[in-house]
Amino acid sequence: MAQDLSRQHVERIARLARLDPGPEKLAVYQGQLSAVLKYVERLEALDLDGVEPMASPMDRAGAMRADSPGATLSPADLIAMAPAHFESFVRVPKVLGDGGGA
Amino acid sequence: MSGAGDASQSPRPDRLLAIRNSIARGERSVREVVTDAIDRMTSGNPRTNALTQILADEAMVRAAELDAARSSLGPAATLPPLFGVPMIIKDNICTRLGRTTCASRMLENYRSPFDATSVRRLVEDGAVIVAKSNLDEFAMGGSGEHSAFGPTRNPWDLSRVPGGSSSGSAAAVAAGYAPAALGSDTGGSIRQPAALCGLTGIKPTYGRVSRLGLVAFASSLDQVGPMAHAAADVAPVLEAIMGHDPGDSTSLDADARQGSELLTTPIVGLRLGVPSQARSSANHASVSRVLEQTIATFRAAGATIVDIDLPHADAGIAAYYIIAPAEASSNLARYDGVRFGRRAAVTQGEPLEAMYTRSRTEGFGSEVQRRIMLGTHVLSSGYYDAYYLTALRARRLIKRDFDRAFSRDPGMPGVHAVLMPATPSPAFALGEKVSDPLSLYLEDVYTVGVNLAGLPGLSFPAGFDTSGTARLPIGMQLVGPALGEWTLLRIAHQFQSLTDHHEQRP
Repeated sequence: MAQDLSRQHVERIARLARLDPGPEKLAVYQGQLSAVLKYVERLEALDLDGVEPMASPMDRAGAMRADSPGATLSPADLIAMAPAHFESFVRVPKVLGDGGGA
Repeated sequence: MSGAGDASQSPRPDRLLAIRNSIARGERSVREVVTDAIDRMTSGNPRTNALTQILADEAMVRAAELDAARSSLGPAATLPPLFGVPMIIKDNICTRLGRTTCASRMLENYRSPFDATSVRRLVEDGAVIVAKSNLDEFAMGGSGEHSAFGPTRNPWDLSRVPGGSSSGSAAAVAAGYAPAALGSDTGGSIRQPAALCGLTGIKPTYGRVSRLGLVAFASSLDQVGPMAHAAADVAPVLEAIMGHDPGDSTSLDADARQGSELLTTPIVGLRLGVPSQARSSANHASVSRVLEQTIATFRAAGATIVDIDLPHADAGIAAYYIIAPAEASSNLARYDGVRFGRRAAVTQGEPLEAMYTRSRTEGFGSEVQRRIMLGTHVLSSGYYDAYYLTALRARRLIKRDFDRAFSRDPGMPGVHAVLMPATPSPAFALGEKVSDPLSLYLEDVYTVGVNLAGLPGLSFPAGFDTSGTARLPIGMQLVGPALGEWTLLRIAHQFQSLTDHHEQRP
């Protein structure tokens, strides 16, 4: 587990998370995240052999409900939430071409 | 123990029970009650910053409707249990009225097209939603300082934090704006601010209250729950909001309404477990003193105090600050500026990804960015096993500690509830921990394990710190087995029938 996060690694995490806080804030995060990761090293001292990971407090997986039609949000309600739209479509910047990010 | 009086007999006039009864008896109209609440919020909020929005017009319309319904029903009609009661909703719980901001630039203009199930059930039971309350952005934080709309201040001492993340819900009820509020609790976000503001608050069993309409932070830990002055005020709100919801796949299909009358059963013979870890030298001296006084009060009430051990309690914060950020990084991936929330400006020809990154960087505050990055790291290739899976295994050990404490098997402690502090110290000063996130995380030492295990936890006012210039509330916590909410409320109610900490005001 251990070891301080390198600057390069923090930049990589930010990129994966689609965040670009800038060099100054990234340096602050680097120190703060390293301190937290150092703290959580104490888990290494536990005897976890044969202990099943527990992802949820519920014993069973998510419950299914009957597959029957019911009231849903209207397309108008949903499209009203979008920052930009054209008729009943969400409008976004161009996805393909121009050296884009596709 | 100071002069008591049975709280259930003569609650102070700002208590939920008193307000409900005065309306039911026809002494006050809903309009009068709601007008009072709006006046107090309007004059008080500039000091506490507890609220993100006051829904004055909407609340007055609703009050008029309820008064009209009342007069057409006639004076003998049985009213719904929260008829006319003003309630404040944490602003990460969706309401059709007003906006649902999560105290984030990302959602500052977001309007939900639906009510959360918990809100809908409150309204069905007659409550009047009067305001949305401030919080740590997306419920991430334990001080109320990480809000895009500025920090919330503690009504007991405006230079101190109210706790978080349900900072505004706690400060609003403590300041008397409304008799009860909804909060949400992922690692202590109801219990810790309730403790620091002198309130009673409960985080129900995971699955007890629907999460539909609660903006997701860490889905295996989040629960909605009520905060009010006393257990007897919390009970009817919990009764209103709990119960199975087919719209939440993690909603428990357990018997719901249990009846507030169960609170009055004495606790003679009940077994309360005090973990050795709760008598920590890291506790503030006043917290240690109040713990021992609380134990003495429960003994006097006929409860049996049992020394227990939660050997993995020390792993709680470490496991929590891996699991919660991991789930947060996944849940908050939805904020990409496409379908809802903030969208940053992009220039012609810039790729879609630039819009994602700029929207998220502009929209999220520092604590949210930190947690997303922490979660991204522990889930990333090469680190997943070492951090995330290790934390999930530690989580099971923490749950087993509690299971063992509650076990009735021969030789096991067999306690009905665990008693420990809600927080290691009373409210700290604004700004004191803001640049050192780890120091703030350590304040969650008594609360996070309860979320990891999915158990109900209740904090209640149990005394005061008088060592400084201001009198600051101190809260104790009860933890029960799954679905044990009514036992916790009953224990707290019996404590409150012998003490008057819950009747103190700033």
